[in-house]
This record gives sequence, structure tokens and C-alpha cells, in this order.
Amino acid sequence: MTTAGTGVRATRPLPERIAARLGGGVMRLFLVAVGLFWLLPTVGLLLSSLRDRSDIAASGWWQVFAHPGQLTTSSYDTLFHNDKVMHSLLTTVLITVPATALVILIGAFAAYAFAWLEFPGRDWWFMVVVGLLVVPMQVALIPVAKLFNALGIFETTVGVVLFHTAFGLPFAIFLLRNFFAEIPRELLEAARLDGAGELRLFTRVVLPLGGPAIASLGIFQFLWVWNDMLVALIFADSGNPPITVALQQQVRQFGDNVDILSSGAFLSMIIPLAVFFAFQRQFISGVMAGAVK
Amino acid sequence: MTTATAGAAAAPGPIPPAAGRGRVLGSRPWVAALFLLPALALLGALVVYPIGYSVYRSLFDASGHGFTGLDNYREVFSDERIRTALKNNVIWVIAAPSIATALGLIFAVLTERVRWGTAFKLVVFMPMAISMLAAGIIFRLVYEQSPDKGVANAVWVGIHDTFAEPAPFPGAHPRPGGELTATGGGSYTTKSAAHAGSPAALPLVAVKPEDVSGAKDAVAAEPVPGKVTGTVWLDFVKGGGGTPGRIGAGKKALAGVKVQAVREGRTVASATTAADGTFTLPGKTDGAQLRLPGSNFASRYNGVEWLGPSLVTPSIIGAYIWMWAGFAMVLIAAGLAGVPRELLEAARVDGANEWQVFRRVTVPLLAPVLGVVVITLMINVLKIFDLVYIIAPGSSLSNANVLALQLYQSSFGTDVNQGVGSAIAVFLLLLVLPVMIVNIRRMRRERRP
Repeated sequence: MTTAGTGVRATRPLPERIAARLGGGVMRLFLVAVGLFWLLPTVGLLLSSLRDRSDIAASGWWQVFAHPGQLTTSSYDTLFHNDKVMHSLLTTVLITVPATALVILIGAFAAYAFAWLEFPGRDWWFMVVVGLLVVPMQVALIPVAKLFNALGIFETTVGVVLFHTAFGLPFAIFLLRNFFAEIPRELLEAARLDGAGELRLFTRVVLPLGGPAIASLGIFQFLWVWNDMLVALIFADSGNPPITVALQQQVRQFGDNVDILSSGAFLSMIIPLAVFFAFQRQFISGVMAGAVK
Repeated sequence: MTTATAGAAAAPGPIPPAAGRGRVLGSRPWVAALFLLPALALLGALVVYPIGYSVYRSLFDASGHGFTGLDNYREVFSDERIRTALKNNVIWVIAAPSIATALGLIFAVLTERVRWGTAFKLVVFMPMAISMLAAGIIFRLVYEQSPDKGVANAVWVGIHDTFAEPAPFPGAHPRPGGELTATGGGSYTTKSAAHAGSPAALPLVAVKPEDVSGAKDAVAAEPVPGKVTGTVWLDFVKGGGGTPGRIGAGKKALAGVKVQAVREGRTVASATTAADGTFTLPGKTDGAQLRLPGSNFASRYNGVEWLGPSLVTPSIIGAYIWMWAGFAMVLIAAGLAGVPRELLEAARVDGANEWQVFRRVTVPLLAPVLGVVVITLMINVLKIFDLVYIIAPGSSLSNANVLALQLYQSSFGTDVNQGVGSAIAVFLLLLVLPVMIVNIRRMRRERRP
């Protein structure tokens, strides 16, 4: 109950107060039930990954509550000895880290220009960037595949990184420009009077002050690239794919490989979940920056 | 997360004006050009140029040389498989955003007053952080057909069996050539009439071992004057032994079997066997035939075919809602924090109950936020690919088809025709065009106050 509400509530007749109490109890029960319901699928995956192949084939994961002896790390042993999946994890890192760093760097450069530099058609150019925010990346798959083929970077990590960077840029520029534009002018003018050049102004004043927005953007981009499957499916080296594609190749024979799939899926979730729990605030503000402020 | 830009899809927040005249740096356009160059080069080559190329390519046939005009677009609307994709996309765009937003609204309003609301929000929001691939694998497990393995069917069958008694001995039947013969509908009926005072013997075989684990040994029914009695038992001894047709050591009683007395096709009375396999029917059944109805032996209810052709799309939408309801909830909760408390209190003081306050005050005040959430989700759902590709099994993939999946198949997959693939891509772009225009107009309005 909100504190503001109690004053009004206390004057209500007893039956209504009892009803409100009961209602509150039912509501709490409902929320607990929904929360458990929401956790159930993930718990199912985790417990499936902690049973061995024959147990998975014979019965559901909830049997571990009746037979705790079934818990084993054998699926993870199998997974860790699967070179392709383990190597794919490295590929995912090699794609995600540069794609995140590049989008921050290139996005911040452009955002700074849009916020603080004067050049012909500035508003018009920024309008184009805002327009590009909602372009579905599907529209670029065929043309970029052709382009990368011509450049010799089709099915390479470089190509995947460039694609992710390009499609991350409109949001990056939009988010950072709006943040940079609110930096107090006096700060920039003071640095300017001290003789700082454009680059110095950018690296010493704008970037440090833009920290929160850059963090939001970085986490957003990191999660999106890490979790991507479609871009990797088309542009990554199919012999050396990131983890999403490596596991997707396994899904095609769903059934007798649930041990690898469940442990692999869980492994692929650990980093995003860790990032999510460590930086919830930045992640949420990144999500909100895009939609409502 | 299907796309990072999804979050930025609709209605960007207030846009602070850029530095105007009297800016910090002098107007040296080449400096600005250097700062902009990498971004504009990448955007030009990988986003803007591809839009033009896709429009151009969509006017040519599969080979890329024959100009076909709008034929590829015609094919998008006439090809059987692409029409399934279109139809499914319509279902997706209507159902997924509205359900996710409704749930998000309910969760946001309810958690606002609970102290551990943050923990709840974290649980519901968490699936946003994982990949659609991982969510797909999670839901492949949830939707497994066998109720022994898939949790959805385990729960569903559990509920079903609570209301509809499951058959006690699925698959059981009498030995061929015995007293009981099959009489349609899975039932078995005695050839001769039963008589009061002479117990009937109804032996069955082919009972699953787990159905008689812990059952008592069968007992021959006592003859009771004026009543029809009898025994139903498992006429088989594990490991051999015993005489067929005779109750003896090791022969298990079949408890809970329904026995009907039938005269001229009409059921006159019925009874259920006790723990020792015996049953007793009233005297009026003297001379009637005994029937074991098919409900005793019906095969076990096996749950719903979640990923079968008819339910596959709703099932995958369920997985999507699991992932994205948290997004709606978080945005709506932020909007809710901005709703003035005084307005709600004023309504309460005026005698409005909680539902009326919600319906007449909270929801109208939240309307702009709800709109942004729905439109963002619609744009996101329009491009849904990973979840469908992962969750739908090969056998029902064509039933679950969506535009982005068809685009992938047409462009890089099994049925290569990049002309059609490009046409689908352009079609998707056209669908988001209104949002693009709204975004740009909003920006212009806010920059020129």
C-alpha cells in the first residue's frame, strides 16, 4: 500500500479494509506465482543441463527433485571436449568486443560533430540518421553479402563486425548526440580557452563526461551482438561460427543431443546474464533511451 | 533482442537542441567531416546503399538479369508459402505486442505497491538479456511432446487427468477366444449371460507392469444369493506359472475397472472392481451380459501437440511474450512513476474503486507510453526470425513461416530467388516507413520550438 493511500484507507469501514487486505494477499500470491512461472523455463534448461544423456531421454528435468542423485556435470564434460562449440565461444568474443568498441568509438565521433560542430546541412544529416533507426537489417542482407563477396570478406569475422557496427551506429549516434548536447557549454569553452584542439576536447572532456551514455550504449550493443544469430548465420565463417550458430547447427538434430544443447545454451547465457545483472541500471536506461525518456 | 534499434524504434524522447550559433568550435567543415567520415562511410555502404540495391534487385528475376517489373511483389502475395508467412506475420503483429503490453501493464501496476517488486521485475526482465537462440532451446524443451519430458504437457496432462479420470489399464485386453469378446468402442462383453449366485470370471492380459505394481493378489468372488458377483484379474504371472483362466497364486487383482451389466444393448447397472478385483452388481442384472467399457483401456492422454502444424505459431508467440513482457513492464513502470499521485488520490477520495482508478485515470495517463511500447514491439515482431527458426521443428516449419524466415530461405536457404528475397525486404521496409516518418517529424518539431 502506498503511504499516501493509508490516510484515506484508515477512514474506510472495516469490511472494506478487510477486503483490501485480502486483495493485497491475493495480489502477492499472484505475483509470486507469475515470478515462479517466469523462472520455470530457465530452471528447466539449467536442470536439464545437469542430468546425463540417458536420464534426459527417459524423463523430465523435474525428476531431479525426486532423485537428486541424477545431478551430474557430465553434459558439461562432453561440451568442454567438443572443440567446435568451445572454439565458437572464442569467435563470439572476437566478434562482440570489436563490434562494441567500434560502434562506441565511431558513434561518439559522429555524435560529437552533430552536437558541437558546425557544418553545412547538419540538421539534415542528423535527420537521415534518425530515419535510419528503424531500417530493418533484413534489407541489407543480400546487397551486403554481394559487397563483402567482392571485397573478399564474406564469411569472415571482419565482415560480421562491420555489419554489426554499421547497424548499431544510428542508435549509437542518436543516443550519444542527445547526451553530449547537454554537456554544459562553459566546460567546453573553458577547455577551448586553455588551448585544447578538437581531438583533445573530444577525448579529455566529451568522452569522460559521456560515460553514463557510453556505458548504456556499450552494454546494449554488447548484448545484441553476443546474442545475434541471423547476421552470423549469413556473414560468419560457417566452419568457425560464433556460439549461436554452432548451437543452431546442433538444433537441426534436436533429440539425441539435448545434453550438448542444454549445456551449450546455458554456457552461452552466462556472460549476457552476468553483464545484465552487473549493469542492470545502464541496460535499462539504454532500453529506455531508445523508447521513452 | 532481435535488434538493438528496436529500443529506438518509436518516438525518441525529447531531443536537446544542438549548439547553435556562437558554438564552441569554429566552423571548419573539414574538422566535422573527419569526425563524421567513419560513421557516414559505414552507414552509406552498409545501410543506405543496400536499401537502393534491394529496391533495384527486387525488380529482377532469380538470375538477376531479366527485368520482371513488379512480378516478385506479385509472387509475395500469391505464392502459397509466402502467403502463410504473411498470414502468420499478421497474427504475430496483432497478438504478440498486445499481449506483451497488457501483461507488462498488469505487472507494472501490481509491483508498484509491493516491496519486493524490484526482484519480481528482475525475474521477468531477465529473458531480455539472453539470445533468441537460447530462448528457443529453452522452449523446445518446454514444448516437448511427451508429458514425461516437456513441462508444458506434463502440467497440461496433470490438469486434464484431474478432471477426466485416466483409464486404469490402458491397452489391456482379454485373451483371444475366451469368454470376453471385443464389442466395439474398445469395450469387451461376455458371450453368455451372468447369473446371480455364480461368480463371473473376467481375466485380462497385456496390462503394463507399472499399472499393477503394488496390486493385491486377485480373489475369487464369493457367490452371493440375489446378486451378480465376479472378479477381474490379470491372467498372467510374471516369470510364468499358473493356469490360464484360473485365479491362483501371483495373479494380480485389477482394481478400479468399470463393469457394466447390459441387457439388449442397454446398460442396467454398473459397478467398479475393489482392491481385490471383485465386483458386485444388484440382482436385477441376473441374466444380463457383462461388459467392460472401453474407458478402462483407452490409451493415456498424451497432451497437446504444441509444435504441431496448428499450434506452432501461438506456441512460439508464447515464447516471445516470455522474452518481451519484461520490456513492456519496465517502460510502463517508468511511465507510471511519472503519473502524479495527487490525481490518483483525488479519484480515490471521490469514491472511485481501484479498478475505476486504473481504468479511468492510470491507463489514459499512460496512453503515450503504451503506444510507444506497442509500436516498438510491432516493429520488432515484424522481423521475428530466430525464435521461429529454432523452435519450429522441421515438420511444421512451413506452418510457422514468417516473412523474415522466408526472406532468409529465399536469399540464402533452400529456395534461392534473391529477387523474391529483395521484394520481401523492401516490403518490410515499407511497413516501417510510417514510423520512420513519425520519428523524423518529431525530431524536426522538437528542434524548432
